[in-house]
Amino acid sequence: MALDAGRGGLGANPLESLLLQTGLLALLLLILTLLCTPLRRWTGWTWPARIRRELGLLAFGYALAHLLVYLLDQGGLAGLPADIAERPFITVGALALALLVPLALTSTPASVRRLGFDRWTRLHQLVYPAAALGALHFYWGVKGDKAEPLLYGLALGMLLGWRWWRGRAER
Amino acid sequence: MTTRRDFLKYGAQLIGTAAAFGSGLTLLTRRQAPAGEEAGRSPERVAADQVARQTDELGDLVTPFALATSYNNFYELGWGKGDPAQNAALLRDYMAQSEPWTITFSGEVERPGTYDLADLLGWSDVQERIYRLRCVEAWSMVLPWQGLALGDVLRRVGYTSQAKYVQFTSVMAPDALPGQRSRTLDWPYVEGLRLDEALHPLTLLATGLHGETLPAQNGAPLRLVVPWKYGFKSAKSITQITLTREQPATTWSVAAPQEYGFYANVNPQVSHPRWSQATERRLDGTGGLLAERRETLMFNGYADEVAGLYSGQGLRRDY
Repeated sequence: MALDAGRGGLGANPLESLLLQTGLLALLLLILTLLCTPLRRWTGWTWPARIRRELGLLAFGYALAHLLVYLLDQGGLAGLPADIAERPFITVGALALALLVPLALTSTPASVRRLGFDRWTRLHQLVYPAAALGALHFYWGVKGDKAEPLLYGLALGMLLGWRWWRGRAER
Repeated sequence: MTTRRDFLKYGAQLIGTAAAFGSGLTLLTRRQAPAGEEAGRSPERVAADQVARQTDELGDLVTPFALATSYNNFYELGWGKGDPAQNAALLRDYMAQSEPWTITFSGEVERPGTYDLADLLGWSDVQERIYRLRCVEAWSMVLPWQGLALGDVLRRVGYTSQAKYVQFTSVMAPDALPGQRSRTLDWPYVEGLRLDEALHPLTLLATGLHGETLPAQNGAPLRLVVPWKYGFKSAKSITQITLTREQPATTWSVAAPQEYGFYANVNPQVSHPRWSQATERRLDGTGGLLAERRETLMFNGYADEVAGLYSGQGLRRDY
């Protein structure tokens, strides 16, 4: 992206391109983190689960970059509170990002020990609502062709549905 | 206890993952911006663009041709900003096949019929107008159009005393235009104006841009330009003009009525549900990454000319 920006390859409205790209990557990476467990189940691979934390942190990084580009586009922080209060589409996005903050902060093994595994696991289940809100934010943000947000939503729905189904089966 | 070695290991893993996934996914999902269209332009014109940049009556710089032809909303040619430029040839081919382009006038008109575009161009003198174009998505450009006053054209075909609105129907060619293969919008694209808006001297039927024949991605061969309204009101590639008694059902106000009203006058005080309309990003090729964000003007700066059309009308209700 930085290369593109330097080359002028982001088109006529580069901030808009960056905004789209960072948001998209954040959501895609969140979906990938949710894919790690089922992959281990189905294939026996362990490497996805081993890099899950990195994927999650990367997702958070892009979500944060997404916010920064948005603020840059808006020309500062001044309008943000009103934006969050008045526009459901922004509220949902901000909420998704806010949910990721505690997860990013407690992403070290030391945090797992401090919280205890069960509590840490429960805390990190916040990734489900965060991803769902992110997908909704994307869906609302697109003006016309909803195919792409629907595709992401579908992938997310399948992953969350699989967890729900597995949870039921194990009870 | 996290040791230094652990820390280094995690750090390396994080950097490795970030590098691999960040760049890999970026490459997979990025949308390449097309280059603007310089091919087929006279060297004099390209040079003129680079030397003395024209300005509008407020002193704002005209958006260069390359930028104005590479960043478009023209959903018949695709949903990305660069798609219309990339798919422009599809519309050009369709125009070549269906030569001559015709405009059908119907409804409350005195001389209904189908007219060749070439005939229509003889009905009035072609003028150059430098107008600001404000998109509902909060970006804007300054564009030098060539075209005819719509009022002259409507007076030429004549309209009855029953005519209250003018409806514009855009090209319908699902076999040629990729955007029309999905029912995302209800094709063909339909727009409309109240008769007094249509007759207003600022309202233009454009056939050219920057001294060139109107490029496909900008709505060739004939488009509407209503400079005090959001860009989606300015229908592209028009094939039918219908005078009606009732307010036409316009494409975007049917697709998302709470977001896009029939009037769609540029108004910094009336927000779009998802963003404020108080400011806009001016795309004139000067700002680099941070093109200038500026205050949006009431009626896009044409209030002196058009505010009278709406006296006594609630602009928040009639958004």
